Amino acid sequence: MAKEVQQRDRVIIRFAGDSGDGMQLTGDRFTSETAEFGNDISTLPDFPAEIRAPAGTLPGVSAFQLHFADHDVMTPGDAPDVLVAMNPAALKANVADLRVGGDLIVNTDEFTPRNLAKVGYAANPLEDDSLSSYQVHSIPLTSLTVKALEGYSITRKDAERAKNMFALGLLSWLYNRPTETTLAFLERKFAKAPELARSNVTAFNAGWNFGETTEAFTVRYEVKPAVMPPGLYRNITGNTALSYGLVAASVRSGLPLFLGSYPITPASDILHELAKHKRFGVRTFQAEDEIAGIGAALGAAFGGAIGVTTTSGPGVDLKSEAIGLAVTLELPLLICDIQRAGPSTGMPTKAEQSDLLLAMFGRHGEAPVPIIAPRSPSDCFDAAIEAVRIAVTYRTPVFLLSDAYLANGSEPWLVPDVDSLPELPVVFATEPNHAKADGSPEFWPYLRDSTTLARPWALPGTPGLEHRIGGIEKADGSGNISYDPSNHDTMVRLRQAKVDGIARDIPPLEVDDPDGDADVLVLGWGSTYGPIGAACRIVRDEGGKVAQAHLRHLNPLPADTGDVLSRYRRVLIPEMNLGQLALLIRGKFLVDAISFTRVRGMPFKSDELADAIRDVIEAS
Amino acid sequence: MSIPVQGPPSGRRQGLDLVPVTAEKGTKKEYTSDQEVRWCPGCGDYAILAAVQSFLPELGLKRENIVCISGIGCAARFPYYLNTYGMHSIHGRAPAIATGLATSRPDLSVWVMGGDGDFMSIGGNHLIHALRRNVNLKLLMFNNRIYGLTKGQYSPTSEVGKVTKSTPAGSVDTPFNPVSLALGAEATFVARTIDSDRKHLTSVLRAATEHRGAAFVEILQNCNIFNDGAFDLLKNPETRDTAVVRLEHGAPVRFGNDGEKGVRMTERGALEVVDVAEVGEDALLVHDVKHEEPALAFMLSRLGNVDDGVTPIGVFRAVDRPAYDDQVREQLEDAVRTAGPGDLAALLASGDTWTTN
Repeated sequence: MAKEVQQRDRVIIRFAGDSGDGMQLTGDRFTSETAEFGNDISTLPDFPAEIRAPAGTLPGVSAFQLHFADHDVMTPGDAPDVLVAMNPAALKANVADLRVGGDLIVNTDEFTPRNLAKVGYAANPLEDDSLSSYQVHSIPLTSLTVKALEGYSITRKDAERAKNMFALGLLSWLYNRPTETTLAFLERKFAKAPELARSNVTAFNAGWNFGETTEAFTVRYEVKPAVMPPGLYRNITGNTALSYGLVAASVRSGLPLFLGSYPITPASDILHELAKHKRFGVRTFQAEDEIAGIGAALGAAFGGAIGVTTTSGPGVDLKSEAIGLAVTLELPLLICDIQRAGPSTGMPTKAEQSDLLLAMFGRHGEAPVPIIAPRSPSDCFDAAIEAVRIAVTYRTPVFLLSDAYLANGSEPWLVPDVDSLPELPVVFATEPNHAKADGSPEFWPYLRDSTTLARPWALPGTPGLEHRIGGIEKADGSGNISYDPSNHDTMVRLRQAKVDGIARDIPPLEVDDPDGDADVLVLGWGSTYGPIGAACRIVRDEGGKVAQAHLRHLNPLPADTGDVLSRYRRVLIPEMNLGQLALLIRGKFLVDAISFTRVRGMPFKSDELADAIRDVIEAS
Repeated sequence: MSIPVQGPPSGRRQGLDLVPVTAEKGTKKEYTSDQEVRWCPGCGDYAILAAVQSFLPELGLKRENIVCISGIGCAARFPYYLNTYGMHSIHGRAPAIATGLATSRPDLSVWVMGGDGDFMSIGGNHLIHALRRNVNLKLLMFNNRIYGLTKGQYSPTSEVGKVTKSTPAGSVDTPFNPVSLALGAEATFVARTIDSDRKHLTSVLRAATEHRGAAFVEILQNCNIFNDGAFDLLKNPETRDTAVVRLEHGAPVRFGNDGEKGVRMTERGALEVVDVAEVGEDALLVHDVKHEEPALAFMLSRLGNVDDGVTPIGVFRAVDRPAYDDQVREQLEDAVRTAGPGDLAALLASGDTWTTN
């Protein structure tokens, strides 16, 4: 039966199930098929911190949302058009987000009285009219899968587990996705268990064929490919992009990469990724604790490596003293903070932007540290290279502030030409740079470059440059221990001036103000770039005027930041914290910025941001 | 300069392999920095500094390839006075920092200096992990059983009942025996020596440098301001021969004015001090630093933990185990050997890709 095909310009799908149902994998595969097809995509995995919370309970629900379109998409989307709910818990936790009139695909096999009771459903919602606002497709996904796999010599459990592939096949049919990548993936994944490979492929095909034949679906949808700049693409998550950026910085600078890290959600994947790249000379050190992770990275930096430590908020707390040491040693060091909801353990898998002031001020003494923040998953690649550039050029620790949403979210990435990446030339000191009173040469480790104010990087093993550095205040120039009051004042100001001076070396703040006549500027940083951009698009489509600027460099700020802010009547700063950038902007520029904040552990919805922008426009 | 990332092809390394040597032996003067030494007059640290400054030139290494890393405390000022590369870092973290340096630079001889507070208290975690990993580091712990730089609080090696500013009624917590702790952490080289015994100190340092991997050396050191005379019993010519057991590999464990005392193993597997004349020399324990199991060395380390106990000094344990940093480098070499050097363009374009025209 030929089914009607309807055109859509964009679709948001959410796969939701139990932690053990393979929803992340299902989402990943659908993303890959969709990328292959040529749509633009943005994804948002949303999973619990617990590895396997008790089956069928609300805390155990794991979800994966993706937004794909025939045009550029900026966010994983607000309200899903399609919700796949593998059990009552997944339905209960997610149905409120589903767009009214949206498609709801439920696995009826799991809607048993026991499972319903587990999540507090007094009655089966599939049997009353509580879901009447949606297009409900009640499908016994588990039993259909098990039936399709009769005859395979696999366990019943393995057959049941393949239900996610049945669901993927059904969705792939519904949106007419190319299936080659998934079939190839299954062959790879189960290369050592051919029967499992065959059965999963069969489950996938059965899902596809079910869509084709069932009367539960009368329409298929088509989302045309997006027009994207030509080139080679791949899908990439923020943590992978960040890892690749570090490898690229190592290759482009010719310096070995050393990662000192202690596992912590959501940063651990960077450790996992970099541990694979020994061919690039990458050393990964899984330390005994967060402090040893950064300590080892700093030791490696003393020896001439790109020293990196990766962590999240609780780890940054522990590393503070070592960061202060790096500030005063003036050695390059990169601290990647994949921010998560705090304080304390908070919500480890949920995103927040609440470490900005920690990165800015979270050390004793005057200890300035440059801060860089990526704006999207793929941007983590460029941001990592830029962070390394600043660290090695200015001989300073640098903070890279990503977050849980960027870390696990993904988007298509136009793979860059290696030759187009920035070169990162590093010159080590090889000769004495000063003369003693008697004219004989000596080496002064704190004699600065007049432009960058960076001190020389003299590696152990260099004859004639033997020197000692340490945490005690050093005399300007010679680097000898000094408790001289005016010398300390000089050194505090020099360290600050060095970091402030980076502003001369970063691009001006880009403002997107299509007609140049907006009164309201929305200023953001980090992962809010997509939602803010989508919100501005909504407002502009209605005829509203709004400008958008997004900060990559948070310390120092671009030199023209104050000028940009002064051109607008009102400045709105949305943040996933309680107004940390707003505090800095107000303090630094005396601008009466309006703070708009949400700390739910999830990215902003573009609709709520559009409302906030409209409110400011109306009031201005 | 270029950074030597890889050493020559792998093979089991020894001692100072990969650290460049020089034909011109240095002098103590060359190893002495131009900085004014700021320890209290009479501090045991002076003797250790002089011994190290004299000993290092003997190794015939290029001075620029020696690095001394320390944490915080009196002992941690050490790097400033040694004319090599050095870093005076933060409290307790020196073993971690040194691990990063040693792991990325096979051409350096890396020394870590610290006190009992630095190594046993705030930095205890880093110490035990550096030891169990067997990172190629020489860790010298100056143990004066007191906090000096913070002006006289008890330390994790202070004896029970220690009266200090922070324990006016006497300390109540059991101290660490640093040698026992290091052995418990599976350290491959563990030794103890005394600040004032230059000859013994130097011989222990020599054994430590010949060892590949982590070498932990406890140096009993006098703090003449806050804990003066802590080791007098071990130093006084009248008492030292009966209070100190000098361990020597392959020799029976004997001590006393004329070697009249010895140590033997009881039938129940404990160690006891005996009169050699009574039991005969053949009954004595023969010291074996190469013994696979650290248990025997551990028991020896406990001889001083009882009233009227004796304090063994010398090398307790020196066994071969691959060094962490050597193995990390071998993994990198293997990866290049089997799959070729990394290709950035290929890495970036890996995974599922598609092309848009």
